[in-house]
Amino acid sequence: MSRSRANALITTMIDTLSTYLGYDFVQHALIAGTLSAILGAVVGYFVIIRSSGFAAHSLAHIGFAGAAGAALVGLSPLEGMLILTVGAGVFMGAAGDKVNRSDLAIGMVLSMSLGFGTLFLKLYSGYAGQAKSILFGEIFGVSETQLVTMAILSILSLGASAIFSRKLLFASVQPRLAEARGLSLPALSMAFMAVLAISVTLASQVVGILLVFTLVIAPAGIAVRMCRSFWPGILVSVVLGVVVVWTGILLDCVTTYPATFWITTIFFVIYALVEVYHRFFVKDG
Amino acid sequence: MIPALQISNLNVSLGGNTILSGVNAEIGNGEFIGIFGPNGAGKTTLVRCIVGTLVPTSGSIRILGLSPSQAGKHIGYMPQGHGGFDLTALSARSLVEATFEGDHWGLPWTSKKSKQEVNRVLEVVEATSYAGRRFSVLSGGERQRIMLAQALLGNPRILVLDEPLASLDPKNQALLIECIARVQKLTDVTVLFVAHDMNPLMNVMDRVLYLAGGHAALGTVDEVATSESLTKLYGFGIEVVRTKNRVFVVSSEGNVTEQSECTHHDHD
Repeated sequence: MSRSRANALITTMIDTLSTYLGYDFVQHALIAGTLSAILGAVVGYFVIIRSSGFAAHSLAHIGFAGAAGAALVGLSPLEGMLILTVGAGVFMGAAGDKVNRSDLAIGMVLSMSLGFGTLFLKLYSGYAGQAKSILFGEIFGVSETQLVTMAILSILSLGASAIFSRKLLFASVQPRLAEARGLSLPALSMAFMAVLAISVTLASQVVGILLVFTLVIAPAGIAVRMCRSFWPGILVSVVLGVVVVWTGILLDCVTTYPATFWITTIFFVIYALVEVYHRFFVKDG
Repeated sequence: MIPALQISNLNVSLGGNTILSGVNAEIGNGEFIGIFGPNGAGKTTLVRCIVGTLVPTSGSIRILGLSPSQAGKHIGYMPQGHGGFDLTALSARSLVEATFEGDHWGLPWTSKKSKQEVNRVLEVVEATSYAGRRFSVLSGGERQRIMLAQALLGNPRILVLDEPLASLDPKNQALLIECIARVQKLTDVTVLFVAHDMNPLMNVMDRVLYLAGGHAALGTVDEVATSESLTKLYGFGIEVVRTKNRVFVVSSEGNVTEQSECTHHDHD
């Protein structure tokens, strides 16, 4: 490709981008993406430290029934999912490790939720495309009302996390010591799972229920691999999350490949690079 | 003077089984106490009562005159194993930082003052050189030193160490004991040291608390580690074989219940 043609291509891309950036739905997508990326990155850090990745994953699937059933009772999918995931999260927090580490118990509840979700979709035949947007997200379909709800939820969950994060970190890395210092492990676990449920619900608005992992686990997972202490880890996680989500959304605009595809792919490439770097260049682990 | 630890008529039942019954002990400030007994004798149960994570069925425990839940900040505790902390990516130093004042509200911010305190305890256990590495890649001996460093945060008056020697080779056992003995001399802290085998601790401990059959005997090695005393405690024939500075506890039928080569045993 000659130089002038390359320049022309870049100019066209920038033109397309600036046109898209003027659209409401793109701006909404970027705001929604930023909110869920920040919350997902922070909450995800604790998910990694507490190794409760499966819980995060299952909360999203449980949310499917809520999102699908919401229309039946006159709620929005976001509200339906929020109610069900927070309820399930608090229950899982209270039930403790024995239940949460049980693959069978979680698996059974997971599949039952998906089953109910299917039923709800069938019952409410008004939404044909609903299933697809719940499962894969509809980043360019975020309304202004939804944005306000998402902003309030993000601020509430980040605020709550800020209040109990010190105790949560202690209880996550040294549960028995924390118990001896008078911390209530079940109470912290319930609070954390409630915040995780909110974070999962927000992430599903952007990337869909099936791909919640990409926003809640991927940035934090990569950050934990790169940094050995808390604050750098959180910072890298947040920056990664926001940058990748923006890149994904903007690439969607110029290429018409879905943002979700871009986001997951970019995270995977970064993850693979970091992993390779660690395998071959870092002796110290 | 208020004793460091006073246990009066302590009874603990778990799930209908009596674990400890009628345990009495008074331990003075600055004493180094070795806590021994066979598997399932209730050593960890006693530790959990002292650190306040288990409420006894009856009887009382006073730590410096306070109840276990009030005495939390005077106790430095080293739980058995790594307390579930294993697959982490945090450095050893970050782990100690997370522990310091981890029971406070707010963000896990490490102030300059707490950084100094973390540096101090890492120096005391001589772990400064590897504190920046990830906890998960440290050796068993290094991990135990980090766990000990956490227990030393905030200068506790009592150290409760639950099987710190488990899964360490004899050389690392000796190093860790030496480190704890040095800390004790430095700060005059009371040490409650749970272990499987008396022998590695013979030179450092003042008295022995021996648990068996739900009961406890407290005294010097010479008082407790005798055939008569332990036969009474176990409720069946026990022979104690002593050499110059070694103790072997053997059941009369010939099964060794506690021995010096059990350094690689699986603890309960």
